[in-house]
Amino acid sequence: MPQPTMFDSKQEELKPAAAERQKLLRLYEQMLKIRVFEEHVNELYVGAKMPGLAHLYIGQEAIAVGVCEALRGDDYITSTHRGHGHCLAKGASIALMFAELLGKEAGYCRGKGGSMHIADPDIGNLGASAIVGGGAGIATGAAMSAKMRGTGQVAVCFFGEGALGQGLLYEVMNMASLWKLPVLYVCENNLYNEYTHYSETTAGDLKARPMAFGIYAEEVDGQDVCAVRATALRLVRRARRGEGPAFLICHTYRFRGHHVGDIDRSFYRSEEEEQVWTTERDPLKLLAQRLIDQQMADASVFKQVEKEVRAEVEAGVEFALNAPYPDPSEVDQHVYV
Amino acid sequence: MSMYNEGSGQGSSQDLRQITFGQAIREAFAEEMRRDPRVFIIGEDVAEAGTPFKVLSGLVDEFGPGRVIDSPISEAGITGIAVGAAMTGMRPVVDIMFGDFITLTMDQMANQAAKAHYMSGGKLKVPMVMRTTLGATRRSAAQHSQSLHVWFSHVPGLKVVVPSTPYDAKGLLKAAIRDDNPVVFFEDKMMYQVSGSVPEGEYIIPLGVADIKRTGTDITIVATSSMVYVALRAAEMLEEVSINAEVIDLRTTFPLDIQTLIESAKKTSRAIVVDEGYERYGVTAEIASIIADGAFYYLDKPVKRIGARDVPVPFSPVLEDMTVPTPELVAEMAKTLCGQL
Repeated sequence: MPQPTMFDSKQEELKPAAAERQKLLRLYEQMLKIRVFEEHVNELYVGAKMPGLAHLYIGQEAIAVGVCEALRGDDYITSTHRGHGHCLAKGASIALMFAELLGKEAGYCRGKGGSMHIADPDIGNLGASAIVGGGAGIATGAAMSAKMRGTGQVAVCFFGEGALGQGLLYEVMNMASLWKLPVLYVCENNLYNEYTHYSETTAGDLKARPMAFGIYAEEVDGQDVCAVRATALRLVRRARRGEGPAFLICHTYRFRGHHVGDIDRSFYRSEEEEQVWTTERDPLKLLAQRLIDQQMADASVFKQVEKEVRAEVEAGVEFALNAPYPDPSEVDQHVYV
Repeated sequence: MSMYNEGSGQGSSQDLRQITFGQAIREAFAEEMRRDPRVFIIGEDVAEAGTPFKVLSGLVDEFGPGRVIDSPISEAGITGIAVGAAMTGMRPVVDIMFGDFITLTMDQMANQAAKAHYMSGGKLKVPMVMRTTLGATRRSAAQHSQSLHVWFSHVPGLKVVVPSTPYDAKGLLKAAIRDDNPVVFFEDKMMYQVSGSVPEGEYIIPLGVADIKRTGTDITIVATSSMVYVALRAAEMLEEVSINAEVIDLRTTFPLDIQTLIESAKKTSRAIVVDEGYERYGVTAEIASIIADGAFYYLDKPVKRIGARDVPVPFSPVLEDMTVPTPELVAEMAKTLCGQL
């Protein structure tokens, strides 16, 4: 028996306007958490406090938040190398994520996964794969398992448009459609396969690809969190009803580089293009404007939300910086169960 | 095929029934699927067809198409699906018809299944089995004849089983299905009709315990899968010249029963390792190295190894037969090591 989503349960008790305001503010706060988290990741990296590299989700927050807010707590997600946003939106702890990013034992994966591999089955996060498209099989298998166990769970597979080049995705979409598996394929088209515009790598019409397998497909403005949430909710409910998989193309933009070190981007995209997206198509600004236009919030509300979010993120960073590294004995642990 | 008929069972044939290797595999699946509703099989032509080798015949009749699932020809896809299902409470068995096709599953096995537990700090588990085949001499040419078990043996996080007898196949497969790690189970496709003694009752053979198939004092022959029969036949030939060979069946290439290997080599002071995988960078190299290291001061001769000839498996029977280790080759090498040539 499907449980109602977080919003549905609250909405019933509140008057429509108040419920709507609460819903929008929650979406704003969730997106802001990701934004501020990622800004701190960048600072930690630039300040040489974070090993490895990081792929920032800034600009795409509306997709992770819009989709995850349409899910039940026990629904599954699989994520990607650009996965911090998905994990936070699904309910991950900021402090434990920072600890993982810094390679500390308190981290989600005891410091052995790092930025690209945050996993937490307790919140339905089956992990992030740094092999492009690598999570497609896992998400589809989780959906198959949910169907076999009759739990009513849905699996969401997040991936970028770069994964459209991987054969695995088409193999599992074929099976998901054949067997009507409760899986939602969320394609975040941020326009760039690393440093190459997707139009140079992707032939034909994107939406025609899932449709060729008989998979129901929709497109949505990935900068509009309300639109993403509403669409995802429809597709998730559809899957939960046993009507099979769906494919959601979210049009979005990676505000930063492929990874934190990708500073000079002039060889693959123009500053003007970045300018247009960051000023006119920022999902946080768009939602804030909507709240202001509908007189649901003013500057003081956003200031308060930001204050709280910043405090939580800063506390998480502090926790992670002070947390101990794994004991050397940890290196041989968890190779096998 | 007569080579397979010796020493292939446990106990005496009077008190134990004889079944084939294929029947033993099928029995293991049936028992485990009755015991645990989370176990299911997915693969190409596994249901009504029961696989091209008919090993799974009848399972779909008992368990239905929801648990014996015919899939598209999508090795990577079904492996990925098995990984995801395993992470979320099922115990899938993915059937890869020919061992050569494991190449198509490599990302899902090596990067996803093998690493999920470690990479998540122990939070995720992938209790799945991949069953597939190995072995040449079926006149199937280069893409249906390889023995690629070393590919998976190389990857931390995976376990690899290479059974030789019906008794071992059944007990090891049941252990593999109950294991909480991803396990790859390689069956020599030439052994499905081999008969051996298998008791009626339930038993499990733990992964990582080698089996001494023949005790001896003069030389240790370590073998895997169908090469165990090659080793046993060689041991018979050696007996005729008064060389008493010990034959150790590795049963799993990982976990590896290092202690049994080293103890035997210390006792006999000579060792040959036989495996049907390619010789270069092969299973034989790893085992020879372990024996050389662990029994160094007890060895009278360098540890020798015999693998498949390092060529793509040729089609023509006269050529193909040249690529596989033979009892004659093993016996000749043993005689040399024992100073009789």
